[in-house]
Amino acid sequence: MTDRCAVGIHGVTKRFGDVAAVDAIDLEIADGEFFSLLGPSGCGKTTTLRMIAGLEFPTEGSIKIFGEEMALRPPNKRPVNTVFQSYALFPHMTVEQNVAFGLEMQDVPKAEARMRAGDAIDMVRLGAMTKRKPSQLSGGQQQRVALARALVNRPKVLLLDEPLGALDLKLRQAMQIELKDIQQQVGITFVFVTHDQEEALTMSDRIGVMSEGKLLQVAPAEDIYERPANRFVAEFIGETNFIPGTVVERDRVRLGNGQVVTARAEQPAGTAVTLTLRPEKLHLHEKVDEAPADYNNITCRIVRRLYFGDSRYYELEAGLGAIVDCRVENIPRLRTWSVDDEVVLSFHRQAAEALSE
Amino acid sequence: MTGREGTATGGWVDRVLGINGWFVFLFLYAPIMVLVLYSFSGDRNVGTWGGFSMEWYERMFANDALMRSLRNSLVVALISTVVSTVLGTAAAIALERYRRWATRGAFDALMYLPVIIPDVTMAVMLLMWFTTIGWSLSLNTIMLSHIAFNISFVAIVVRARLANMDPALDEAAADLYANRWRTFRRVTLPVIMPGVMGGALLALTLSLDDVVVTSLVQGPGATTLPVYVFGLIKRDVTPEINAVSTLMLAASMVLVMVSLVLQRRGESEQTR
Amino acid sequence: MTLLEEHPPVEAANPELEAQSVKAAARRGLLHALPAYVYLVFFFALPLVIVFVFSFASRSTTGRPVLGGWNLDSYARLVEPVIRTIAARSLWLALLNTVICLLIGYPFAYWIATRSKSSNRNLLLVLVLIPFWSNFLVRTYAWRVLLDSNGPVTGLGEATGLWGQMLFTQPAVFIGLLYGYLPFMVLPLYAAIERLDWSLVEGARDLYATGWEAFRKVTLPLSKPGVIAGSILVFIPSLGAYVTPDILGGAKTTLLGNYIVTQFTSGRNWPFGAALSFVILAAMLIATIFYFRSGGKTL
Repeated sequence: MTDRCAVGIHGVTKRFGDVAAVDAIDLEIADGEFFSLLGPSGCGKTTTLRMIAGLEFPTEGSIKIFGEEMALRPPNKRPVNTVFQSYALFPHMTVEQNVAFGLEMQDVPKAEARMRAGDAIDMVRLGAMTKRKPSQLSGGQQQRVALARALVNRPKVLLLDEPLGALDLKLRQAMQIELKDIQQQVGITFVFVTHDQEEALTMSDRIGVMSEGKLLQVAPAEDIYERPANRFVAEFIGETNFIPGTVVERDRVRLGNGQVVTARAEQPAGTAVTLTLRPEKLHLHEKVDEAPADYNNITCRIVRRLYFGDSRYYELEAGLGAIVDCRVENIPRLRTWSVDDEVVLSFHRQAAEALSE
Repeated sequence: MTGREGTATGGWVDRVLGINGWFVFLFLYAPIMVLVLYSFSGDRNVGTWGGFSMEWYERMFANDALMRSLRNSLVVALISTVVSTVLGTAAAIALERYRRWATRGAFDALMYLPVIIPDVTMAVMLLMWFTTIGWSLSLNTIMLSHIAFNISFVAIVVRARLANMDPALDEAAADLYANRWRTFRRVTLPVIMPGVMGGALLALTLSLDDVVVTSLVQGPGATTLPVYVFGLIKRDVTPEINAVSTLMLAASMVLVMVSLVLQRRGESEQTR
Repeated sequence: MTLLEEHPPVEAANPELEAQSVKAAARRGLLHALPAYVYLVFFFALPLVIVFVFSFASRSTTGRPVLGGWNLDSYARLVEPVIRTIAARSLWLALLNTVICLLIGYPFAYWIATRSKSSNRNLLLVLVLIPFWSNFLVRTYAWRVLLDSNGPVTGLGEATGLWGQMLFTQPAVFIGLLYGYLPFMVLPLYAAIERLDWSLVEGARDLYATGWEAFRKVTLPLSKPGVIAGSILVFIPSLGAYVTPDILGGAKTTLLGNYIVTQFTSGRNWPFGAALSFVILAAMLIATIFYFRSGGKTL
């Protein structure tokens, strides 16, 4: 990754009639970065991607690729290529012809085009399929052809619109690793659209979370997870508990059962906040003195227990106004609990953040 | 058993359906098989078999007027097919790929009218129009009339194929540096080609088949094969007509095979 | 990368520029449609107007319309008994044909779609397609041969004493119409039934429906677009039939189609022919719109 800005989006809005599908977003994607746009269906992430590609024109705003203004330039004049959700492979052409298409359209001499196409096909390990037609390939193979077809043109930015959505779980996970490897190998900026937050977390250098046309938070994966900017992001990424409370003073919050706990809270005293706690950052103990010294302790009763194979989820009732979910790894060291057990719940103040909305 | 086969109960319903099915096939084929059979019969009368003979075929080929009308039919069909296919395909693209332009709704309705209008009305319309604007009736007016109804049929077939085509294909072509013309020539057209060919085939058949419109808008001296045969039939039923009919049937069978090959090829390439 | 280097300087986006590009796209769409548009306006819409206009004209001695002398004579003639008989006969035959085609064609299409092995199905479909693509005149002529006074049908009728000479009678015309248009009913029906989601029928059976109930409440309604398309494809040509009654019928079985054409040949009354054509067109348009509203999609 260099310091140069590969994609600069400033004040971009896209309106369809009265509805703003994308609402005044500002975003800078760095050269060589693997950037994901993450959000639920209809949040505007695909529309944003299409505007970078040139398949849609923004209503307002500027889109610059390495400093060059591209907002209204037609798609065939932009140094970007797209991997489509449906792959959009040309059904009447062989794999080789598909991959070489972009080169042909740029009037690259035939010999060079064939060589470069061959290299791209080898890079995605489909060397045996060059003469086949798309209908003779599996979904995973088609996806790789689409990738080769885009990369062979050495675009400045590669755009990917939910390319792994149609694949089954194991194949998807394998492709995630492969895509990340390829990106690091070729060093091109990838802009990746997905609604799958696990996918975004594992693959991205940075993630941009979108909802209803707005960009809510842009940060590296760890920051998005550990320090979500607002309730939507906290709820969308991973599992979170939301516990109502009131700020007593800085970093101290009173909960619904009267207890005061330490947390990350910077709001003025008296503000009504929601404490966010991730289930895996909560610990269960038999007695209070078993919990670490500087951790908060709350006495709870187990209401339900769910078995996930690698972990157990316990739903806890403590008079806090909400059921608290706690995830305990399934390892011998940690004890297993039953419904109606009384336990002590503990967590460190770093694990709890107070959100005020 | 699941799916459609699960509707079979094995009872009397199945038997009735089967009997109806075979009866329909018999009904559809018996008359034309009789026709074909008697085209080889040596006897003028249809009731009696006069031994195998190619006499009627020889007479048919010797009939200059008939041969001329065949040539006219082919010329008219070919030209009207080419023109209506080009115009119809462009119209289909205009309707299916461009959703908002002035008077699009009116154009859509206008395109449907030739399909639902009875051909008698169409024939009358065109005859009155040609006489009003002072164009003399000839092979040209026949051609122009055939194009008028064929454009819509081609457009319907091509539209269906366009609607089935992933719109992302055109976008991918643009993404890969193709301008609009090259996108059309290298991506859109090849993908919709089975539809274009199907529409052209339909236009060809409708043109070769047409009797009513042609008989009203034709000029003195130049006629098409079906209209010529129609005249023959009304004057007198001769076995020559059986021979002509048999050959026309054979030509239709060729058309069916061609249309099937096209359909098969269109389906095999689709990944959706 | 020369392709990417030749481009005009581009500015940032704003709503006016967006509106401009929308208009440019609209212009391109209209341009694609223009040749067909112009052609159809000139060779279809205008002729239609002419027919309407001339239906109010008076006729010259050759029968052609005369500009001026506008009147409603042609329309007045429409209520004469002769016309009403012909119209009633045409309507009756067209309706009868549509219904019979449906009664025979639906089970036939259903049988091919459900009771045949999928390997046979293509062959059966080809066997239906061959008559469909065959020349209509030839297929109608086949019945002329069959029903001829020396032909097998008359022979059979006389031998069993059930019927005599059938040619040039209404039953002959009906048989010709049925034969001619049955494939037009079968093919859309087959397409609709073939495309059905059979898991819905299974679901109905699973919910305790009998075979007949499942058919009536699931299969039949879902195949409705095919029924409508097939009915239109049979009814409209049947109503305007010309070749069939001309070859198989006689003076006593004149239908609207022949009657209209006669006005332009021996009848020598073009305005009257125009009025008739216009009325028949209006009737069909109304029928089509009405039928479409009740649940058809595109043809």
